[in-house]
Amino acid sequence: MSTFNPKIIAFMCNWCSYTASDLAGTARIKYSPCARIIRVMCSGRVDPSFVLKAYALGADGVMIAGCHPGDCHYINQNYKTMRRYAMLHHFIEQMGIEKDRLRLVWASAAEGQYLAESIDQFVEDVRKLGPLNWTGVWEDEFRSEEALEEIAAEHAEAMEVQA
Amino acid sequence: MSDNETLRIGVYVCHCGTNIAAVIDVEALTKFAEGLPHVALARNYKYMCSDPGQELVKQDIAEYGLNRIVVAACSPNLHEPTFRRAAEDAGLNRFLVQMANIREQVAWVTEDGELALEKAKAHVAGAVRRVARHEALQRQFVRITPRAMVVGGGIAGIQAALTLAEAGKEVVLVEREPSIGGHMAMFDKTFPTLDCAACILTPKMTSVKVNPNIKLLTYSEIESVEGSVGNFKVKVRRKPRYINEDLCVGCMQCIDGCVFTQAKFPNSFDQGLGMRKPVWVPFPQAVPPVPVVDPEVCLQIARGKCKQGCVEACGERGAFDFDQQEKIEEYEVGAIIIATGFKAFDPSVIPYYGYGKYPNVYTSLEVERLLNAGGPTGGKLILRDGSTPKKVGIIHCVGSRDVNYHEYCSRVCCMYSLKIAHLVREKTGAEVYNCYIDIRAPGKGFEEFYNRVQNEGVQFVRGKVADITPVANGSGPLVMKVDDTLLGHIREIEVDMVILAVALEPHADAGEVRRNFGISCSNEGFFLEKHPKLAPVNTANDGVLVAGACQGAKDIPDTVAQADAAAAKALAMIDAGEIELEPNTAWIDEEMCSGCKTCINLCPFQAITADEERKIAVIDQALCKGCGTCVAACPSGAAKQHLFGDRQIDEELEGLMNYV
Repeated sequence: MSTFNPKIIAFMCNWCSYTASDLAGTARIKYSPCARIIRVMCSGRVDPSFVLKAYALGADGVMIAGCHPGDCHYINQNYKTMRRYAMLHHFIEQMGIEKDRLRLVWASAAEGQYLAESIDQFVEDVRKLGPLNWTGVWEDEFRSEEALEEIAAEHAEAMEVQA
Repeated sequence: MSDNETLRIGVYVCHCGTNIAAVIDVEALTKFAEGLPHVALARNYKYMCSDPGQELVKQDIAEYGLNRIVVAACSPNLHEPTFRRAAEDAGLNRFLVQMANIREQVAWVTEDGELALEKAKAHVAGAVRRVARHEALQRQFVRITPRAMVVGGGIAGIQAALTLAEAGKEVVLVEREPSIGGHMAMFDKTFPTLDCAACILTPKMTSVKVNPNIKLLTYSEIESVEGSVGNFKVKVRRKPRYINEDLCVGCMQCIDGCVFTQAKFPNSFDQGLGMRKPVWVPFPQAVPPVPVVDPEVCLQIARGKCKQGCVEACGERGAFDFDQQEKIEEYEVGAIIIATGFKAFDPSVIPYYGYGKYPNVYTSLEVERLLNAGGPTGGKLILRDGSTPKKVGIIHCVGSRDVNYHEYCSRVCCMYSLKIAHLVREKTGAEVYNCYIDIRAPGKGFEEFYNRVQNEGVQFVRGKVADITPVANGSGPLVMKVDDTLLGHIREIEVDMVILAVALEPHADAGEVRRNFGISCSNEGFFLEKHPKLAPVNTANDGVLVAGACQGAKDIPDTVAQADAAAAKALAMIDAGEIELEPNTAWIDEEMCSGCKTCINLCPFQAITADEERKIAVIDQALCKGCGTCVAACPSGAAKQHLFGDRQIDEELEGLMNYV
């Protein structure tokens, strides 16, 4: 059996983590190519829906990387990321996604080595969890689209907007 | 983008010589890009950032009517401005360009070529789908306040302030000690020329004092920093001196007049080797030449009761003001140069060197003060018991090149140890043993100086000293145990004095300074420059520059060069008059805003306000820094961000996930 290469989406803030990933590159530090990087200006820009969308599109794990607490380029926006992360953890578990499939990493612009190691570690951890296949579960087993339509039909009256 | 517009995307894959091409099959990547939706053409070229590379983009825009550009090359932090400019030159809005980072994030970090190609394809597909959603944007500029602030009044800060002031720019120079001068003012001579430090420094200090363009704030610290490039608002906390700087003429008679007849408090400038009174001045050439009163020990301030001999000595000038309070002053500046310098490593944490335990173990900085004619011994190298040492050991790399303390080389210790060896021999004729790991003398005239000191009869022992023990109990001579790696056996060298060549390390509060100015630190705690080679004085925070040893251990020539570089950068910024802002600000779609005010509390820059009449949120474009946190939080999707909108990130995500 060939090794399972998980699909990982990594959101990185422009000022610390994305720069750290550039540094990892400049220093030729090798890490798993499973992680696909999306640059955002701040980890605070990571809308929880982006994370869910990544899972829905087939990502097996999502990483959010930002500046260390206290180091945010935008003063304290990474604390908001921290709050959302806690909320998302809670939320994805409810949706049947193991919480280890979401990881928050603080990496400063100088921590290229650490960021590379964190990516490798995350890839390894997700590899152990196996494929998520959320889209598959969602559509095939529970026929959610139909279920949603049924619910809508059942409650049609209640959902009518009062004029 | 209007939905009717026909998209014509050009994709350019850069070989970057062999940097990318050696790992990623650029032909295959180009072919892949050709097949992506809306891609009108895809090419690869050896160096996209070169003139011919940029020309290629410009020609294609004209010839094929391209209206979106993707460059798969290095990090956008490097060449995004290059390709934006190229697009603009060809008449395309500069923000219709997206980069796929296939060098730093793919080619350089991936071993397997096939997996690298897959990752590169994903990133190119992400960029192509993203750029399709880009919109033409207006460039935004902000006016720059034509004034600079220099933080730290050591040689770096002095040099930077003078360069700016000589160019006719207003400078606010902030120093936390009572006088400017920094570490350089503590030294007797400077290597390798043996220039007298005071002789070359004090004229510069005086120039600072007399230059009308420089506002000098000594005994002051940074309280807070607000704003951004071009328009910083810096609050400076001015500690009370208890002497009015404007009235004091610097006669120093108050020091003689002080009721304490004996100086009995350790003078921090003399590393505690010399004593001072409650009213004191760090060194005779202090700038400003105004004493400072130590409120902890001044009888009048601490106990409210004193004959006030100082006030009497001051006489009708009336410069004393015991009611002086700390005050906060605010300064508006366009650029900031941080030149806060370094701290000498405290070797008392290394138990086997016995610093603090054996009185004849000194740090190099203490010895600098002993050698200095203005120091506590008037330039005589004598031990604490008043005797002159006959044998002196100098231990290199104390706290440097040591995984237990600092892994880095402090760069100056070899040279200053050679200088101290020379001065010790010159002043006392003592036998000097330099115990070193390697002699690092890579500067102009450095190796020659090393040869000179060797010829002067200084002994060099290649080996790290493992232990220092007293010959007998008490304060007498010491034995240095060192593995002489050239002789191949362990030596025990008896000396009267041990000098520890201590490392240069970041200040204890460097973290606080860094946070105040919104910049980063490297692993060892020195301030991080924007790029180690190409932007050595810039930082991640535009408009904040660094110079001198706060950025990394360095000697005086390098510090001065860097200070001038930082001053030149600040000058360029100020003379340009205005600076371009990143256009990635957030804005509110008024139709969609429900006025829930969720976003308002999330903004740390107070850029969002509520328009109570229209029941919507409003974002001030001048205050928004573009982090996008409000955009992520808006429940109705009314908060949007230029260049990092939901649609753009969604598309990138789709591209990354479903690129095949």
